[in-house]
Amino acid sequence: MLELLQDWLQRPNFIVFVILFLWGFYIMMVHPNLVKKLIGLYILQTSVIFFLVAFSAKQGATVPVIETDSLPVDALRYANPLPHVLTVTAIVVQVATLGVSLALVSAAYRSFGSLDENELLEEVERAA
Amino acid sequence: MIFELPLLILLLTTAAGALVVKDLVSAVFILGSYSFALSLVWALVGAVDVAFVEAVVGAGLGTVFFLLALFRTGEKDTRIHRVPVPRIALLGLPMLALLMLYGAGDLPVFNDPQAPAASHVSPVYLENSLEETKTPNVVTAILMDYRALDTLVETIVIFTAGIACALLLRGRGK
Repeated sequence: MLELLQDWLQRPNFIVFVILFLWGFYIMMVHPNLVKKLIGLYILQTSVIFFLVAFSAKQGATVPVIETDSLPVDALRYANPLPHVLTVTAIVVQVATLGVSLALVSAAYRSFGSLDENELLEEVERAA
Repeated sequence: MIFELPLLILLLTTAAGALVVKDLVSAVFILGSYSFALSLVWALVGAVDVAFVEAVVGAGLGTVFFLLALFRTGEKDTRIHRVPVPRIALLGLPMLALLMLYGAGDLPVFNDPQAPAASHVSPVYLENSLEETKTPNVVTAILMDYRALDTLVETIVIFTAGIACALLLRGRGK
């Protein structure tokens, strides 16, 4: 038990990731308002990206831009660039999907006049 | 390390604000400040490219998208009565949390230069990218040279998202 507690204290990034991930997930499941659900989704997605980037850090390393006057390159001096590449792509795709889902939400509002999930379901049943 | 803990607390506070606040417009603005706190954390761990992208695309474009959607729809959070929490959320989420926290001990130590993520593939890119691509920024070298085809497919994804938005919002002005 004490060992587990020590593991957590050594990884504050991971604890923050778990809290953000589960809280965003919870809001997505429970909250009836569609825009609030999307805010939860945004926080869930950014928490995963945050977790990936946390792996790229190295003690005593700097940003992954090679200093051309100190060749050959020592890999220990620069942070791991691969998670950065993955997450740059992921952030852009995340905002693109966010735009599509917000367009869907406003189209639903235009048709049914509500952002509340339960009211929307009632409206859909009435229309059917 | 001195700045890390206060920034993480700032991150949690802004996320809590965005999730808890009742008024949707304020929630969206707090979400923008959450994005900026996140980009500060990333700049601190050396991920400057990710920090730039988050500050521009996440905090800027994301907030604009949210606000555009909100100004076209109802702005207030219309929840009046508390909804019952589904049982699957009550049971499933604590179990998920326990599983994740139990697995924490098997993760490599953060900031360790000898961690598996930092010791197999990434040194090859770091050591050879300047010679092979003549680009000092390794992230740009991987994104635009080694993985250029993936970046092309990513632009197709964004193009598709743009088409989907245009189709969904068509005929709005009438």
